[in-house]
Amino acid sequence: MALLEIRNLSKVYQRDSQAIPVFEDIDLDIDTGEFLVLMGPSGSGKTTLLNLIAGLDEPTSGTITVGGEDVTAMSRRQLAAWRSNHVGFIFQLYNLLPVLTGYQNVELPLLLTNLSKKERREHVMTALEVVGLSDRADHFPRQLSGGQEQRVAIGRAIVSDPTLILADEPTGDLDAKSADEILTLMQRLNREYDKTILLVTHDQRAAERGEAIMHLDKGILSR
Amino acid sequence: MKFARLVWVNLARNKRRTILTILSVATALFLFVSLRSVNTTLNDAREVGSESRMVVRNATSIVFSLPEAYHSWISTMPGVRRATWGNWFHGIYQDPRDFFPSFAVDVDGYFDIYPEMVIPEDQEQAFRRERTAAMVGTGLMERFGWRLGQTISLTSLIYSPDQAWPLTIRAVYTPLPGWTDEAFYLHYDYLYEMTDWVQPGWYVLELEDPSLAATVAETIDEHYKNSRYATRTETERAFQAGLVSMYGNVGLLMNAVGIAVFFAILLVAANAMMMAARERTGETAVLKTLGFSDRLLFGLVLVEAATITAIGGLLGVVGAKLLFEGTGFQGAGLLPGFEVKASTAILGMAIAIVLGLISGLVPAWQAARIPVARTLRRVA
Repeated sequence: MALLEIRNLSKVYQRDSQAIPVFEDIDLDIDTGEFLVLMGPSGSGKTTLLNLIAGLDEPTSGTITVGGEDVTAMSRRQLAAWRSNHVGFIFQLYNLLPVLTGYQNVELPLLLTNLSKKERREHVMTALEVVGLSDRADHFPRQLSGGQEQRVAIGRAIVSDPTLILADEPTGDLDAKSADEILTLMQRLNREYDKTILLVTHDQRAAERGEAIMHLDKGILSR
Repeated sequence: MKFARLVWVNLARNKRRTILTILSVATALFLFVSLRSVNTTLNDAREVGSESRMVVRNATSIVFSLPEAYHSWISTMPGVRRATWGNWFHGIYQDPRDFFPSFAVDVDGYFDIYPEMVIPEDQEQAFRRERTAAMVGTGLMERFGWRLGQTISLTSLIYSPDQAWPLTIRAVYTPLPGWTDEAFYLHYDYLYEMTDWVQPGWYVLELEDPSLAATVAETIDEHYKNSRYATRTETERAFQAGLVSMYGNVGLLMNAVGIAVFFAILLVAANAMMMAARERTGETAVLKTLGFSDRLLFGLVLVEAATITAIGGLLGVVGAKLLFEGTGFQGAGLLPGFEVKASTAILGMAIAIVLGLISGLVPAWQAARIPVARTLRRVA
């Protein structure tokens, strides 16, 4: 059984009286430990699909099941709790909180758990070591380079050991060298830590790091 | 507690705005505490006085006097243990703004009726013996730096304002709780001697039984009903309340200003929180992506708003307390016993926190209901 199962998923945006379909009746399976890359032109609905999987948006129809749990049937409150346990989200623009240090940013998801301060510290330091930034724990985002900021964001995404990592153009705002480092890191997360990753990009070099590539274009999802 | 840092860093994010908001709330609370303290001081003044003492005054107004001849009849009527009299002297020491209550009293009977003033025996005797002697409360002694035996010169705004009244302080009284420590007493005889036309301003009666108050009052007022000097007799407490009411409806004024202060706090805090929350819309969406629930985000914004107003409230309340206590503020003598009561301080803090929570409701609701996907798209 796949970790992520999407069935007959449709999303239609309603602008005033106009219905704007993004995609219709798409199906997708991702197995545990898979590193899948989703490509497609701008406006094809890649980010929308990612948001739907994370429960950040509601589908018009269809179901999304992650680890046997129907995400589309959950309430807002259930979704929040589910996300904190099962989803690590990586953004294109890192989206770190500028008023918190790297350590504090990584610690954020753990504030939602019952872990003690000491346990949280252990988890955060482990995550920072994995992303190679344990020596920058006390730096604020403005004191870090773009690549380092994204690594902190990855640390934040993995610190609670989520079932699924969703990355939305994680290298889109980085120079080639930093992008390469980030992709290497994500490959490591997949291979060494067996993380299931769905990476959205329209960068061919980024796509080549995945185990499989799918294309979303004009509402159609294809291998 | 683990979210305290999040609240704190958000408060520190725009330090200037946070400090200005806190200072605005502090100023508003300072004003509120000050106004309420004026109110409570005036209300306390109504409570001063005993139910077993009655005051007989001119029915027309307290500013009109009563004949000395009334004393003998009043003091011997059934139910009255003893009677004495006094006059408002309205003395000024150097600066007319340094107001203090001053009375010319019947020294032979006045202090027997007022056990609230504790006077050393030798000093009381010295005061009684000397016609130009004065008795002063401990607070007034301290305020003007007077000492026992010192001769001071007062002027009176009522009796020959151009004339100096040399008076020697022969006694200092210590008040029991609830009684003013800033009163000044001189001999009625001295006043009479210097003016030759003065009459008692009011009589004070001590009842044998407080339950006789209504009967005694009715009897006295009925007796003098058709005389040139009709009387109004009431308990001392009612008399005090009547004096306080001469300030006008201060309570209404204070409450009106107080309500304006509430709205000022509400608007200032709400405005600051709306701006702060709007600036953080993207971050709120990110927190939701991490799993922060609507309820948690709602609570965090509320706590942030309440923290601002609580800090401001604390500054305002403590500031008022320290300022008024440090300066010994008495409203230029018009508000003896003025103090910021604990109940006022607690009420001020409670109002600050509640208004903080209310001011945070809208931004908290907005933070909780942010459409994550749309917001993230806008941020990207």
